[in-house]
This record gives sequence, structure tokens and C-alpha cells, in this order.
Amino acid sequence: MAEREQVRKPAPVERESETTETPAASERGEKIKADLDDLLDEIDEVLETNAEEFVKSYIQKGGQ
Amino acid sequence: MAIAKTIGIETEYGIVHRGTDEPNPITASSVVINAYLAAAGYRTDSRSDVVAWDFTDESPGADARGYAPTGSLAPEVETHLVNAVLTNGARYYVDHAHPELATPECGDALSVVRYDRAAELIAQESMAAANRLLPGEQEIILYKDNSDGKGNSYGCHENYLVDRSTPFARIIRHCTSHFITRQIYTGAGKVGAELPGQRTDEVPFQLTQRADFFEEEVGLETTLKRPIINTRDEPHADPRKYRRLHVIVGDANPSQVSTFLKVGTTALILALIEDDAFPREIEFAAPVASMRHVSHDLTLREALPLADGTTITALEVQWELFALARKWVEEKGTDLVGGPVADMVLQRWEHVLGALERDPMELADQLDWVAKYRLLDAYRERHGIDWNDARLRSMDIQYADMRPNKGLAWRIGLEQLVTDDEARRAMIEPPADTRAFFRGKCIEHFPDQVVAANWDSLVFDVGAKSLRRVPMMEPMRGTAAHMGTLFDECDSAVELLRRLGSQEPRIGDTHG
Repeated sequence: MAEREQVRKPAPVERESETTETPAASERGEKIKADLDDLLDEIDEVLETNAEEFVKSYIQKGGQ
Repeated sequence: MAIAKTIGIETEYGIVHRGTDEPNPITASSVVINAYLAAAGYRTDSRSDVVAWDFTDESPGADARGYAPTGSLAPEVETHLVNAVLTNGARYYVDHAHPELATPECGDALSVVRYDRAAELIAQESMAAANRLLPGEQEIILYKDNSDGKGNSYGCHENYLVDRSTPFARIIRHCTSHFITRQIYTGAGKVGAELPGQRTDEVPFQLTQRADFFEEEVGLETTLKRPIINTRDEPHADPRKYRRLHVIVGDANPSQVSTFLKVGTTALILALIEDDAFPREIEFAAPVASMRHVSHDLTLREALPLADGTTITALEVQWELFALARKWVEEKGTDLVGGPVADMVLQRWEHVLGALERDPMELADQLDWVAKYRLLDAYRERHGIDWNDARLRSMDIQYADMRPNKGLAWRIGLEQLVTDDEARRAMIEPPADTRAFFRGKCIEHFPDQVVAANWDSLVFDVGAKSLRRVPMMEPMRGTAAHMGTLFDECDSAVELLRRLGSQEPRIGDTHG
């Protein structure tokens, strides 16, 4: 079982930075969500008009 | 012993030609590349088109294991199609019916991100330039993805300079566990699976584009029976000192954070391999199956069987590799792995693993698979549709659409590690810290006299009876520091070659 010890998550280097990070992180989380809502509102204008036909016609030659 | 890591990536873009009855992807690929070269002011006269690729030293069939297994296929080299070298040291060419952009050699992971972003901007300008030339009803569109969802895949390959004296078996051992598990942050996300007999309702969404296409553990192929570890042994550098590890398992990432971590962590792992800094081997019992299981498991919690009878999760493997890499950097410093950029890699690596453990959705502005999943899942809920609805697969493809106004990846608010101003400069300027500097500057200053180029040589026509070939077998020579003010002082290639020949070697051996 000694080797299982090694897979444990190591201690983070700078714990103290996390306290300052949290508000910024949640602000960022809200911005991501707002961006997502905006994108969903306008997305139908951007999307391919006939999804089924588009998916069917998207054929690529195999490469590397 | 660890050596400085020169890194590059090469991306084959998906291509669609609309508005024509007989679309031909090879012709369309040539059209976009030629349109870019003309628009960007590259010489495209009849004598030699642009600076051509020199295939003299190419040996893609050579195998790192020292032999070519019976029945294995060496990749074909297509010489008849457009194949250009850019002033930033990159290569732009048609490969297997796709336009392919290979970044110049870069000295660190952030530089790779900068040149990959430059490649995206080149792809965008190429499309725009081609579409100005085509009849109004036609349009060529490029996609930064790796699969058409119908079993056809094309690649985004990574290349790393590795010490030749490192036993290849050791590279295989430790890279395999990294490649299986790094998918949790490198994946570009995909709706459904492309394995025979696998239904979409079994795998509604998976982490990577590529995992379904790997069938072997080790091998030379890149187009069928793809192996997790590719054994192509073609260093494009002094073969006595170097090998080039050619990595074919990765996805093409619109996300800069995914690309940064993909190459940054792998460069670190390779340095550890060179220094034999692993206390144990994480040997998977079934690497190919585990590769797919990791990709298909959105919980990131699946227990993967190891050869010793125990199990491990992808996150546990990544935490173990991260801890070893951090320890190695503490002991050895960052000189060989990108300087301060290596510290950025470690910081981001730790942050991303922590977030993946808590809630992957925290990374919706950082990782491709998370960004794509979150968008498609929100759309699915809003419209009350199933994962097998064509609209979701259509959005999956459109995530990678290279048109800035249509591509969902460009509109979703992904974090950028390099600014577009930096990337625009990188479309023209080579990296200062590798031999790509010498290549790019020769093409900028002496476009009429450089008649052919390769990763490890330039061929000059200086009006003498025979052409002069300048080998560049040292990837870390020919840098801005080595060249100094030489390019400003030389009015001609003749003078440049004379000065190079009479001074300390700046680009390695100059005697062809």
C-alpha cells in the first residue's frame, strides 16, 4: 500500500493566496454565466440553419 | 540528462468548400494557402512559387525503436502541393487533404500558445483572402477540430526535443500514463462516440475528439491503427544528440489554456523522464481501453486498472505527476523547461486539477471540453432536447468554425494567455530563442536567394555554380542572440554566408 501514499494530492504551495482569490473567482463565475446567457439568447442567429443537413454534409478526409 | 525543450505543434484544419457541386478538399486547401501567401505579400512568381520545402533529410519512416515492423506504413510525403515557409519560421502546406500549419520551434509553452494563436489568425486571413477570390456563391470554411463525427480523424501533433541518450522504453513507460490522463484538461470535447457499435446514448458527450481513434500502444502509424506512443524517429536535428518525440494523441484546442497545459506539462514530464526522476512506474493494465474510458467519463472518477492489480483515477495520476514535476523544478530550476513559464505551467496545472476535483464547470472559461459541454448542455435544457439531437452535434462542429463571428469558441469568453496584438506580430516575426529566428529572418531578408528550406537546413542560390546548403542541426542555435546585428549588416545572402563562414559557429555546422 506504500505506493498508494504517493497518489495523494500534494499540499498546495500558497494557501494564503486562495482567500484573495475567492471573490475574484466568484465574480468571474458570474461573468461566465452572464456571457453564456447572452450567447444562448443570440445563438440561433449564428447557428447553421439546417442542423441535420449541416451535420450530414460535414465529411472530412482522414488525415494524420 | 534533461536538455532544453524545443517545442512545436502542427495542426491539420478541417475544410469545407460550399457552393460548388464538386468540392475537392485538396484543391480547396491549396486555394486558401495560396490566397494567404499572395495577400500577405509573399513572392508567388513562376520560378519557384514561394520558398519551397526541402525534403533531402526527411525520413518519416524511421522508427525510434530502431527497426520498422513488418506491415507498418511510413507516412507519405506529398511534394506536389503548395508547401511554404513563412517569415515567422512556420511551415504552411497541404497535408492529406487538409491545410496544415506547423508552428516554428518555440522555447517554452507560452511561445507555443502565441504561435498557435498566430496560426489561427493566419487561417482566418487565409479564408478571407480565398473567399475574395472565389465566385460570390462559394465559400471555404476552416475548422479547428479533429473529427467529422463519422470516423474520419485528422491531427494536432506536438513535437518535443529529447536527449538521444534517454532510453526510448522509458519514454514509452511514463508518457503513456501522462497521455491517458492529461485528457482531463486537453480534451476539446465531442458529442457522441465514433467506435463501432457504440451508441450516442451510451456516450452523449466525451472529453476528447481523438480518443476513439487510438488502437495500439506503440507504433509508427499516424493515419490508421494510431498508437498512443508514436515511434517516428526523425529528429530534424543532430541525430547523435537528439530525438524528437512526435505526439499524436492530442486534440486541436481553440482554448489557449488547454494548449498551454498540454505542451507545458508534457515538456516537464519529458525532462523528468530524461533525468529518470520517477520513483515508480504507473503501468496501465489496458492503456488503449483506459484512454477511451478517461475520455468517456465526465465524472473523472472512473477507477482505471493498473498492471499490479490496483486501480487509479486520471486525477490521481495527474496529481502524482504534478507533485513530481514540482519537486523536480524545486531541485533543478526552470532553465531547461522554459524559465518563468515553467512556474506558470505548475501554477495553472495545480489550479486546474483542484478545480476539476471540486467542480469542472469552474473551468468553463479555461478548458475546451468544459466550455463546450456547458454551452451545449444549457442549450439542451433550454430547448428540452436529447443529446442525439442534430442541433447539438451541429454546435459541436461549429465550436471549431474558424470564422470569428460564427465559431462558438471565439464567442464563449475563453481566457486568452496572449493578446491578439502579440499574436499578430508572431504572424510575421519568428521566435527569438530558437533556430526559427535564422530561418524566418533569411526568408524575410533574402526571399530571392533562399530557394528551399527545411526544419534543419536552408538552401541558398548565390549565383555560384552550385547551390549552398546551410545545415541547422542545433535547434537552439541561430537565435537572435547568436545572430546579433548580422542581418542588418548584410545586404546580400552572399555576404551573410561569407560572414557566417568566417566567424564562430552561430547556427551549428555551416559546411554542407
